[in-house]
Amino acid sequence: MTLAGWGMIVLFTVLFVALAKPAGAWLHALYARETLPLGSIERGFYRVAGVDPKAEQSWVGYAVSLMVFNVAGIVFLFAILKLQGLLPLNPQGFGGVETLLAFNTAVSFVTNTNWQNYGGETTLSHLSQMLGLTVQNFLSAATGIAVAFAFIRGFARRQATGIGNFWVDVTRVTIYLLLPACIVLALVYVALGVPQTFAASVTATTVEGAQQLIALGPVASQLAIKMLGTNGGGFFNVNSAHPFENPSALVNMIQMLTIFVLGAGLTLTFGKAVGNVRQGWALLAAMVVLFLIGVTVAYWAEAAGNPIHQALGLAGGNMEGKEVRFGIAATVLFAVVTTAASCGAVIGMHDSFMPLGGLVTMFNIQLGEIVVGGVGTGFYGMLIYAILAVFIAGLMVGRTPEYIGKKIEAREMKLAVIAIAILPLMILGLTAIASVTSAGLAGPLAKGPHGFSEILYAFSSAVGNNGSAFGGLTGNTAFYNLLLALGMFVGRFGVILPVLAIAGGLAAKRHIPPGAGSFPTTGLLWVGLLVAIILIVGGLTFLPSLALGPIADQAQVAAGTLL
Amino acid sequence: MSEQTSLFTGPLMAAAARDAFIKLDPRVLIRNPVMFVTAIVAALSTVLLIKGVATGTGNAVFEAQLVFWLWLTVLFGNFAEALAEGRGKAQAASLRATKADLQAKRLAGVGDVWEMVGASLLGVGDEVLVETGDLIPADGEVIAGVASVNEAAITGESAPVIREAGGDRSAVTAGTRVISDSIRVRVTAAAGQGFLDRMIALVEGASRQKTPNEVALTILLAGLTLIFLIAVGTLPAFASYAGGSLAVPVLVALFVTLIPTTISALLSAIGIAGMDRLVRFNVLAKSGRAVEAAGDIDTLLLDKTGTITIGDRQATAFLPVAGVSVSELTAAARLSSLADETPEGRSIVVLAGAGEAMPAGGEPIAFTSQTRVSGLKIGERELVKGAVDAVLKRLGPVANADALRTIADDVARQGATPLAVADGQRLLGVVQLKDIVKAGIRERFGELRRMGIRTVMITGDNPLTAASIAAESGVDDFLAEATPEDKLALIRKEQEGGKLVAMCGDGTNDAPALAQSDVGVAMNTGTQAAREAGNMVDLDSDPTKLIEIVGLGKQLLMTRGALTTFSISNDVAKYFAILPAIFVVLYPGLGVLNVMALGSPESAILSAIIFNALIIPALVPLALKGVKYRPAPAGTLLARNLAVYGVGGLAAPFLGIKLIDLAVTSLHLA
Repeated sequence: MTLAGWGMIVLFTVLFVALAKPAGAWLHALYARETLPLGSIERGFYRVAGVDPKAEQSWVGYAVSLMVFNVAGIVFLFAILKLQGLLPLNPQGFGGVETLLAFNTAVSFVTNTNWQNYGGETTLSHLSQMLGLTVQNFLSAATGIAVAFAFIRGFARRQATGIGNFWVDVTRVTIYLLLPACIVLALVYVALGVPQTFAASVTATTVEGAQQLIALGPVASQLAIKMLGTNGGGFFNVNSAHPFENPSALVNMIQMLTIFVLGAGLTLTFGKAVGNVRQGWALLAAMVVLFLIGVTVAYWAEAAGNPIHQALGLAGGNMEGKEVRFGIAATVLFAVVTTAASCGAVIGMHDSFMPLGGLVTMFNIQLGEIVVGGVGTGFYGMLIYAILAVFIAGLMVGRTPEYIGKKIEAREMKLAVIAIAILPLMILGLTAIASVTSAGLAGPLAKGPHGFSEILYAFSSAVGNNGSAFGGLTGNTAFYNLLLALGMFVGRFGVILPVLAIAGGLAAKRHIPPGAGSFPTTGLLWVGLLVAIILIVGGLTFLPSLALGPIADQAQVAAGTLL
Repeated sequence: MSEQTSLFTGPLMAAAARDAFIKLDPRVLIRNPVMFVTAIVAALSTVLLIKGVATGTGNAVFEAQLVFWLWLTVLFGNFAEALAEGRGKAQAASLRATKADLQAKRLAGVGDVWEMVGASLLGVGDEVLVETGDLIPADGEVIAGVASVNEAAITGESAPVIREAGGDRSAVTAGTRVISDSIRVRVTAAAGQGFLDRMIALVEGASRQKTPNEVALTILLAGLTLIFLIAVGTLPAFASYAGGSLAVPVLVALFVTLIPTTISALLSAIGIAGMDRLVRFNVLAKSGRAVEAAGDIDTLLLDKTGTITIGDRQATAFLPVAGVSVSELTAAARLSSLADETPEGRSIVVLAGAGEAMPAGGEPIAFTSQTRVSGLKIGERELVKGAVDAVLKRLGPVANADALRTIADDVARQGATPLAVADGQRLLGVVQLKDIVKAGIRERFGELRRMGIRTVMITGDNPLTAASIAAESGVDDFLAEATPEDKLALIRKEQEGGKLVAMCGDGTNDAPALAQSDVGVAMNTGTQAAREAGNMVDLDSDPTKLIEIVGLGKQLLMTRGALTTFSISNDVAKYFAILPAIFVVLYPGLGVLNVMALGSPESAILSAIIFNALIIPALVPLALKGVKYRPAPAGTLLARNLAVYGVGGLAAPFLGIKLIDLAVTSLHLA
């Protein structure tokens, strides 16, 4: 570990927390439906779509709209991928994508996972990338933020029947936030050297004199939303490790910041909406604590390096799988950021991290990506844990547990438990299936606990809607295409639906004014309690599986065992 | 009922031990999902053990011990519940004996003609005659007569109370005894639905329903059980990937230690004990819901009289008019009060100090609602005292009336009540009667304020007097000249703002407010209507108890939260005990997780499961007595309880499992 490494980590942390404030304020303006410039365009959308922007939806109405919108998105994207051979903007002349792969990809992008079982530059036409994937990059992010808005309304409203209007939320987030921000970011990226062109490739002459064909395309535009929307689906197969997708350390820093900015900002939007900004800061503080724990463990593990290599005379940290241009600290930081948020963009191979470093990335996902998390998803995941923590410990102050003035009762508990249990059920269940079937066992490249880690990571990434790959797993098979798609779908909507149901129930409740007898949900004590509950309830569930994967792996490395 | 029955006496423990086995009935167990799952797992392990022994496979000695401790875990849970119920059952038995042979003198409707019938045959609306020495056969309302009644059977208080027709003391309860005079009673509760029946059901726990918060907690615990079922259920598949297999008993041990058995085993005991604490406090809650609501109270409506001030006004000063000496006024006031047995009259005598004895031939002038004065007639001399207006009216026009009024107004402004004193036609002066604020009540209100509870004093006094007492007692707010409608309106207003309100009351006109409040404590001396409307009845009829009831409600919730936190934080240590033990066969390197350095895989597993079982009886006293409760702001309570039960819950099993492991290893149990 170096001072420069830590300096960058601290700088990054300070910057993203600082950026959270303006982001949260802007998101609040969208949440509160303040009238903004371009209002006529916004109203035009509603007129065309036949939506009454003033109509409030019950949680059921909101959920139905959301599901219709997302399932239609899957169908539409699937159709584009299948038919791309017949469609324009296909300079490389790619044919239709294979059915199961197309299905997997469609589910993957609509659920904000962006797991990529395809190689972008070798499979997809420009049209598929732009009209198919990029559109979903926007809409899946907007959907996540919409759900976060609905959840916030559950706490902010009193004895209300509605939790907002899904169509309005999605429209506003897209046209007032994601689109303009991405236009600006894309221009910045272009200025900093990221390509944006319809040309298929550029031909380069290598030092040996050979001709090399380097793929090109509209990279900057996809890069902007890939990060800001925590989608993570790269234009290139190697994602942000490709020099065209990440040309410099400055671009690298901007990418990491844009992964976190909206997720962190939502906590402050929440604080503002419920009339106590400290409530938002407390959630953000819990996220920062968990983030720094993860970074510290991973950085320590990577910097300590591999004792087997060191025995062979290779001094220093573990450089395997690192982005060599940026070094260990930057690669580790990027890996922790991308898995803490449900982004999934990568600049290194998590597979080649030290087992404990890999454990951190996997554990981040398994916690439910609540450490900042995906746009919207991280925030509502964190709130579910807050509800749980309030319920478990809140009784200790001698009152029926309440959070932000809303009583937490049987219905909230039932739904919160469903939202939390979905993750272990799908991650561990699907990993178990893969562990005992020949189709599943055919996937991992490595043997022993490391191979197990590859499987476990894949399902964690899919169910957590992260989309990053550990690497080493052959995912483009019928078995993995189907199971991963199932994991992505249930992992996304199996949490969103209970969250909306909780929001509906909470909105209808009375508000209990806070007093000296109310459970304190701001301050250090609460942050510590929340972190402890997340680690014990969310984290320990995965300890047995992690013991058989990365922990056993690390123990073997330490003992010098080679498989 | 108020006698303290110790929790851990031999007979109660023995009965609870027996009941622990009876409660193994699946129909009983299923009420508690976590313990039900534990019992199923224990049963399955037993079957596997028998199969293993029959086929000669497996490690029978080790597995037999596991099975033994699994069953003990379930039995300990049952035992805790049975022990909590035990004391109530004993009380119910004695109440039943009272009820068994109640006889009624049912009035035929003409004069005093009656027939003797069994109490169970009485219907609502029947009228019965109860004479000296009779037990009152059913709950009812006195419609004629006055009697003193011994209510010891219900309240444990042997001093008799007066029950009379009309007014707020008309309700009588089945099973209490008339010890003088006779009354006619109209039956208001059908057989089997009376107060006594409800009490029996209550203390016995027969009608116990899970409270809303208990339901929510049960859902959480069941959910955690499901999550751990997933975590453990997928392990065989993972082990098969690693090329090995995991023995079923070992997985069972991991599963049972991880699921929240501790809090689940104690959950119903905590609830029963909470109700029981109230009963021993001589308060009957009609439902557990009410006890829980007591912990959530934001606003307390407290009657001034009896709660904030000691029941009655006391004389504090003698203020003569010009030309009269203090000693003359004092002597006259004393004489006029000698025959006055009201607390106010007695306080005048006390304040006046020693003086002449009751003169021979002195004849009391009784207070009537027409004259509104009382006093003493000695021959032709009439010494009277009473409300200023009443005395002035009695005297007719007198010269110094205005001077007296000036003094009286001054007294009223200070929040006290003036009584005028006259000797024949001579106006002497004013006795100042003051409400005496109870000692220590200011500190109590301060405590409540720090806990976030607002106190509102309810009084019939005028706003001037009320404000003065409110300021003196430190109450947060007051409602002066309060009518029952005002009270109801205040409760509604508080509730609209999301507050929970508690109050107590006794009169029929309190009934709507009692019903509207979230916690309504009816005085046992009150009317039947009030007792029906409230969700608690205070057998001692002591309005101060409202404050303690809030404390008991909080204590109940805190106990539940503390043990839940303890139970969940226990899991960390259990993972570190069992995971290395079961995985070390697959990857020897995972021995590094054995941070406690436990003797062997078998001893580690056995120690964890023994700890998991033994922690239940170890915590039974805490569950039944409740965690220590001190009024404090929520932040302070949380910090303290988190340190004790959260951090303690993390640390305790590391220590406990290690110690058990040392014992297990040295005894060669594994």
